[in-house]
Amino acid sequence: MSFFVILLDTLLDILPIAAIIFGFQYLVIRKPIRHLPQVLAGFVMVLFGLAFFLQGLEQALFPMGELMALQLTSDQVLPQLASDLQRHWTDYYWVYIFAFTIGASTTIAEPSLIAVSIKAGEISGGTIDPLMLRIAVALGMAFGITLGTWRIVMGYPLHWFVLGAYILVIIQTLRSPKNIIPLAFDSGGVTTSTITVPIIAALGLGMATSIPGRSPIMDGFGMIALACLFPIITVMGYAQIAAWLEKRNGAPSPKTP
Amino acid sequence: MDFAFSLLRQMRDSLRDLAPVVLVIGFFQLVVIRQPLPDSVQLFDLVSGLFFVVLGLTLFIKGLQLGLFPVGENLAQAFARKGSVFWLLVFAFALGFGSTVAEPALIAVAGKAAEAVAEGGLIAATETAQNQFAFNLRMVVAASVGTAVVVGVWRILTGWPLHLMIIAGYVIVLLLTLIAPQEIIGIAYDSGGVTTSTITVPLVTALGVGLATAIKGRNPMLDGFGLIAFASVMPIIFVLAYSLIMI
Repeated sequence: MSFFVILLDTLLDILPIAAIIFGFQYLVIRKPIRHLPQVLAGFVMVLFGLAFFLQGLEQALFPMGELMALQLTSDQVLPQLASDLQRHWTDYYWVYIFAFTIGASTTIAEPSLIAVSIKAGEISGGTIDPLMLRIAVALGMAFGITLGTWRIVMGYPLHWFVLGAYILVIIQTLRSPKNIIPLAFDSGGVTTSTITVPIIAALGLGMATSIPGRSPIMDGFGMIALACLFPIITVMGYAQIAAWLEKRNGAPSPKTP
Repeated sequence: MDFAFSLLRQMRDSLRDLAPVVLVIGFFQLVVIRQPLPDSVQLFDLVSGLFFVVLGLTLFIKGLQLGLFPVGENLAQAFARKGSVFWLLVFAFALGFGSTVAEPALIAVAGKAAEAVAEGGLIAATETAQNQFAFNLRMVVAASVGTAVVVGVWRILTGWPLHLMIIAGYVIVLLLTLIAPQEIIGIAYDSGGVTTSTITVPLVTALGVGLATAIKGRNPMLDGFGLIAFASVMPIIFVLAYSLIMI
């Protein structure tokens, strides 16, 4: 697709939000917008930025994700196979290692996560260590993606995994320290940045295409869902452990005689 | 001059987002895979594409900070103080809807979903049918985020307990999963994860925090978050329900 077409499509994409903002501002609130030229310049930058991003997405991010899926599941990378043997799920170990590294590395350095974890450390009054919190989120994200690739290899239904994760989340929500819950739910959202989502989506679809017996539509999706759910679990788990450790190391609770 | 500096700083942030991806993929290419790139993938396309990604993301986020965020935040605070529940809810829906429609991650995943659905034979394999599906999917997800923000604002106004509402959302997701077409489940679950990123989170959080500050007895941290939590469950419900109606 030529860049001009992308630019036109992008214009249609951002029209609704422009209409909403200006409509409410002038029709309901009825006040002029401050710094109007700056705001308009901002919209033009959003337009061009989105168009460039979508162009780069088609050109680099999607092909890279698909290429990795294709190569990591090709016979050159998988271990040698004796004739008439079925592949075992452990043969795909490079896929799991790749998924785990991508998940952990994109999350641990995420700027919004760093900001959130420092704030959480302040709110908790020292019970929560910002670095440990970041590690908990990164591990949750990495585990979620790795589990997602394993699910594609095995071909198990996605809703088993989501159901299991939901049950864990609900149990933990009822048992965790109350001030960590908002943070835990937020951390599920910060892990999926605009750059990681396309790579993960292409990886899942590529794997489902190249692994025998899997179909893109039944098996290719679901990694983003798992990548968002597991950080919630690990963050609440970390908070529970931190609270338990503090109770054990601190003064004996007043209830015990 | 300040503007040029802030643009450069934003570009550095975008590069830092991209760096781990490039490093990990580069490591696997050189150490594990050790094969030449296939003919369909040109190294030049990849490098220039990555440049477009960084440039695009930089302009996009900077443009949001210049234009959309200040106006959106002002509006959110104005509506939070205005006192008209009707206009507040209308604005909440419009904000959720509008900020999700242009979300880059959603555009990307909707396109991929349309390809997969066409390959799976659920819709015609023409480009028109795929574009139509991707467009509908984005509209459904955007409407769901709009509804999620309305529910979240309503919760802030009434003070209903958050975790019970989230659990109710999970139960609805599970019930719909039982009856929805199998092919749509993965797409539906993923659509819950793509909505909570670049545009939606700052605007929606501004609304939640503005409201929670304006109403006595509400905690800004707890209530700003509630909106995001709904925004990640509601799309799953809407996409599953949409598939039941349409397919």
